[in-house]
Amino acid sequence: MKKIMLGNEAVARGLYEAGVRLVSSYPGTPSTEITEAAAKYDEIYAEWAPNEKVALETALGAAIGGGRSFCGMKHVGLNVAADPLFITAYTGVNAGMVIGVADDPGMHSSQNEQDSRHYAEAAKLPMLEPSDSGECCEFTKLAYEYSEQFDTPFILRLNTRVSHSQSIVDTGERVEIPVKPYEKDPSKHVMMPGNARPRHIVVEKRLADLAKFAENCPFNRVIKNDGAKLGIITAGPSYNYALEVFGDSASYLKLGMVYPLPAKLIRDFAAEYERVIVIEELDPVIENFCRAEGIKCDGKNLLPLCDEFSQELLAKLLCDREPECYTIDDPIPPRPPVLCPGCPHRGIFYLFNKLKLYVSGDIGCYTLGASKPLGGMDTTFCMGASVSALHGFNKIRHEENKSVAVIGDSTFMHSGITGLVNITYNKGISTVVVVDNSITGMTGHQQNPCTGFTLKGEPVKGILIENIARAAGVPEEHIRITDPNDLAETEKVLKEELAADCPSVIICRRPCALLKYVKHNPPLKVDADKCIGCKACMKIGCPCISVTNGKASIDATLCNGCGLCTQMCKKDAIG
Amino acid sequence: MPTKNIMIVGVGGQGSLLASRILGNAVLIKGYDVKVSEVHGMSQRGGSVVTYVKYGDKVASPVICRGEADIIMSFELLEAARWLPYLKRDGVIITNTQEINPMPVITGAAEYPSNLVEKLKATGAKVIAADALALAREAGSEKAVNVALIGLMAHALGFDAETLHEAIRISVPEKFIDLNLKAFELGNAYHDKAGA
Repeated sequence: MKKIMLGNEAVARGLYEAGVRLVSSYPGTPSTEITEAAAKYDEIYAEWAPNEKVALETALGAAIGGGRSFCGMKHVGLNVAADPLFITAYTGVNAGMVIGVADDPGMHSSQNEQDSRHYAEAAKLPMLEPSDSGECCEFTKLAYEYSEQFDTPFILRLNTRVSHSQSIVDTGERVEIPVKPYEKDPSKHVMMPGNARPRHIVVEKRLADLAKFAENCPFNRVIKNDGAKLGIITAGPSYNYALEVFGDSASYLKLGMVYPLPAKLIRDFAAEYERVIVIEELDPVIENFCRAEGIKCDGKNLLPLCDEFSQELLAKLLCDREPECYTIDDPIPPRPPVLCPGCPHRGIFYLFNKLKLYVSGDIGCYTLGASKPLGGMDTTFCMGASVSALHGFNKIRHEENKSVAVIGDSTFMHSGITGLVNITYNKGISTVVVVDNSITGMTGHQQNPCTGFTLKGEPVKGILIENIARAAGVPEEHIRITDPNDLAETEKVLKEELAADCPSVIICRRPCALLKYVKHNPPLKVDADKCIGCKACMKIGCPCISVTNGKASIDATLCNGCGLCTQMCKKDAIG
Repeated sequence: MPTKNIMIVGVGGQGSLLASRILGNAVLIKGYDVKVSEVHGMSQRGGSVVTYVKYGDKVASPVICRGEADIIMSFELLEAARWLPYLKRDGVIITNTQEINPMPVITGAAEYPSNLVEKLKATGAKVIAADALALAREAGSEKAVNVALIGLMAHALGFDAETLHEAIRISVPEKFIDLNLKAFELGNAYHDKAGA
């Protein structure tokens, strides 16, 4: 049956059809919808794990236990999961296992650009790369057969434009695969030196076998066009851009299996054309392979290492063709993303800025607190780093009375806990602010261990952040819970804990304003007679408020009456 | 049929995902190949967002580049101006006249350009501008602004009204079908009235 599906939904469909039994993932744009869509199939057990390392280990345990499994993550999530990733090549899988990783060239919603293909080579694991939704379903489904054939996990590499584009998928039926028997085999599953040495030999032999398999893998396709003098070697979304620019004037080697690469297939293809161009986003992985094989080709000498590609970019750099455009002279102000109206993170970032604190930040919606006018953040590195990096900062600078770490509930569960343990264990006295909005916000409202629900919507006992702080050794009287929309109270708590000579955890607790169960107040109005145009209300960076003709006004279509601006106004003009 | 390129642009949270779903379903009814590319994640938080809808006999790239769009449908005036360079030479912009200040304008670091509808028209591009929010309100809910805009766009799309009606029925929850069909008709009628 033909359906229009998001690439991520198509991967989930492939999981369903392949008889997958377990999916464990941590959300991350652009990978999140794979697991959300998989959870909609009753036949699949699907869960959100607290982080990608746990997810990958869960999936590995399931595969060893005999059930086909999957874990999904964004590119930086694979860094977190790298430790078990490398070991999977040694242990093999028993039942099929696929690791989905979605790269984000152009950084639509990421802190870096990273080419996950390097992980395939480093971990010695085979990698597939689809270029549209149809291939997402097809590749995923077949990956499980290959995974069992070669006794290794397969990595499925996605990309923002594949994950978040919809195209037509020809869906099929699910095949029910019984749970395979589990046989105890420490020589294969207990990775200590005596066992791992012979396993490494197995890994290298398997890789050689996979390289042979790649030569005839149905995912590596040659598309020949009569009279073409140009041969394009490409993979993933770049194939679509190349096709749009060169059409049938070139021939294509479209690689669906990007590690290991098929040396003979590539050499034979290249030999037929006067000119060969390798078109790949991010790093020159295929190109370097071609050069090592002695193939003369163009690639990163003409195309950039940074940002995503498009047909316009290829037309400009490879054909010297520029589009004809309409333009107007006025400068168009940028529209960066902002904290939503009524966002419970707004108040605390206003206070950080007001108190001129050093703010060790983290990954989530609240990273937007770094933008002006809030400007309440000094650093953002990676998941969980706010807590651990603040500890290091304060061991050098001793500025515990004017510095905080800020981290969301989901990120705290992901990898903030170990940082807090490091503070309490190593006699740190830093202050950690957990902005607990009762959901994983940025990726679009996923449940997490604090929210009281599983991915499948079943109620569970949510883990309380205050209990974790207590268990980590933060003194009871320095575990504080505040409503971040109460500015006066939150400021008082913040000042008290900054002054304390012991570690503190402040939990700013208020659910995300976009959650359906959150009740909103009617929009607020400005009393123009009382407003003196002082712009105090503008300091909170609310997208509803603007000042025209010297008076503040509130956009009633956006405002949900959170009342933060009311507290900012000294003239009692907002109500 | 050669590929038709439609861009849906606006401010994160305005509901462009529903508009693209309706178009995607209309295309499926007609049996064309289709690709829709969306933006998820951070930009959705009040940032400038764009969705690409492409259909025809065979669609390769899921994205639309400068000078390629047959239609740009905009939920907000500044966003129509931002994406103007993406319009093809004989393309058409269908825009809501609502203005939403971006943060640099709110903080006073930049100005919202004045008289944008006139400036867009002065480029020679075909522009259809309407207060789609008012049309949606007339239909019964401000949330139907996306379907009112699809009504305005119906002529340029080249689909018959029945196909679009069916696509709306498939795409929205049952209790909102009548409201959305009304918003569609109001948009469509406004287009005729404006003589565009």
